[in-house]
Amino acid sequence: MRAWKFGDDIDTDAIIPGRFLIINKPEELALHAFEGTRDEFAKEVQPGDVVVGEKNFGCGSSREHAPLALKGAGVRYVIAITFARIFYRNAINVGLLPLVCPDAAALQDGAQVSVDLAAGTITADEVQYRLEPVPAFMQKIVDAGGLVEYAKNLTEVQVCTELHR
Amino acid sequence: MNAMGATIAEKIFSTRCGRPVHAGDVVMAPIDAAMIHDITGPLAIQTFNQMGGTRVFDPKRVIMLFDHQIPADSIAAAGNHQLMRKFAAEQGIHNYDLHEGVCHQVVLEKGRAGPGEIVVGSDSHTCMYGATGTFATGIGSTDMGFVLKFGALYFRVPETIRMTIDGTFQHRVGSKDLILSIIGDIGADGATYRAVEFAGPVIRGMDMPGRMTCSNMAIEMGAKVGIVPPDQVTWDYLKSRRQVTPFELDSDEDATFADQRRYDVTDLVPQVAVPHNVDHVVDVTEVAGTHLDQVFIGSCTNGRFEDLAEAAAVLGDRNFCENLRVIVIPASRDEYLKALRAGLIERFVEAGALVEAPCCGPCMGGAFGLIGPGEASLSTSNRNFRGRQGSTEGSVYLASAATAAASAITGAITDPREV
Repeated sequence: MRAWKFGDDIDTDAIIPGRFLIINKPEELALHAFEGTRDEFAKEVQPGDVVVGEKNFGCGSSREHAPLALKGAGVRYVIAITFARIFYRNAINVGLLPLVCPDAAALQDGAQVSVDLAAGTITADEVQYRLEPVPAFMQKIVDAGGLVEYAKNLTEVQVCTELHR
Repeated sequence: MNAMGATIAEKIFSTRCGRPVHAGDVVMAPIDAAMIHDITGPLAIQTFNQMGGTRVFDPKRVIMLFDHQIPADSIAAAGNHQLMRKFAAEQGIHNYDLHEGVCHQVVLEKGRAGPGEIVVGSDSHTCMYGATGTFATGIGSTDMGFVLKFGALYFRVPETIRMTIDGTFQHRVGSKDLILSIIGDIGADGATYRAVEFAGPVIRGMDMPGRMTCSNMAIEMGAKVGIVPPDQVTWDYLKSRRQVTPFELDSDEDATFADQRRYDVTDLVPQVAVPHNVDHVVDVTEVAGTHLDQVFIGSCTNGRFEDLAEAAAVLGDRNFCENLRVIVIPASRDEYLKALRAGLIERFVEAGALVEAPCCGPCMGGAFGLIGPGEASLSTSNRNFRGRQGSTEGSVYLASAATAAASAITGAITDPREV
């Protein structure tokens, strides 16, 4: 798995430009991921590759097409120092795992990486970095495989109980 | 409800959840209204269906309209519109369709968001409804599918940054310049996960359109919402739009804030966000003379009557520069009619502008009004990301309607105080 390295403030317009938002299928969105920003990404990305950003990854538009485009490209993890709020939540919801890595800036583009979720580490070119755990309340959505699967097993009664806790 | 001092966000969540909650708590909260549009709506409907949804939680609390790609600019867009119309008909949802304008303007105009409520929209600029004291935030389509099914959503109650604004604006300087300068100061992620409260004499003295501009751009500093405590201006705005009984909603003196910041607008000059980030903000004087190919006056940020009137005042009886395209798009049908009746539309057309029907226009970067490689656009909208208005080799500058009009007269970025 290789790392695709990006910098600060990668916005969702860069991940998937506005003109492609008429597309709703992840695999079709994937063909246009980072189009105009980094054209080789869509051509060369391999299933299992990791996208790495620095600060404020996924800022801007709430378009869920952004995490879907990455998921459609076979990306399993997005790693960054910090994430913009809506992207973070969208990624969890669609089953693309956003992982906070305080040292993400040190990761190099093209590095061979492996993620060990149980150990909470990412290894890039044989150097190990620490990943922060996913917040507890998001972990149950991750464990279900995304919000759709989580919601399927949730009844209105359970939601009401949560509401009137 | 809250024994200790509480922020507006904590008060709203405490009231709506029926128990005292505090910043940092994760809660399931009821949703008072949910907005979907033509870009993010189809995915929301898809996830609602995948979750096993059959009936939406309350059709009266679902707001549907089309504004990003209208009239349909492609067969795919037309297909998305058809899908949503069918869903609205099946579910008994009132669909404003393509008749009313840009979603955020329409939600407020129609009185669909009010003080103390929790409103979500599958669009990041939903934070604009904070201008009326609403806790309003943008969410993704899957979260929206969950909301459509259950009428509730998980939230982490945010910490609050309170911004107090003092001073007096100079002529041709206003709310857009203020919010750009704040974003430039705090940074694009300076308020991530937080609620921002706008307070102080400048906000108290600001009309509702100006407050909307500030709240709209809260997301550009990462904030969940930009809240203005409701006051007489709020109640006056709301009274013709919905049933309202004025009540007190403000942070307590002893509330805990993540940060308290003060700004003074007295020496503030017109601001411009330069490519390619909203927090790259400079005084207009630093970029004056930059060649432009297009000027866009419109959007949920600055497409209201007051913005168009300001642009027309700067324009006077002159013409726009013939070497650039000037696109004017009122934010809604109501704003369009006000501008039409005041003679502003005639003036813009006479001066050489293209006036389009209410919609997102070039701000969407997909429908029309795109810029080509090497071109520069100055826009009254909210984002100047690379490629936001077309080519990734183009440049987008953000500024007020006054600066946009001044620049459209000369064909280059121009200080509106000097034309």
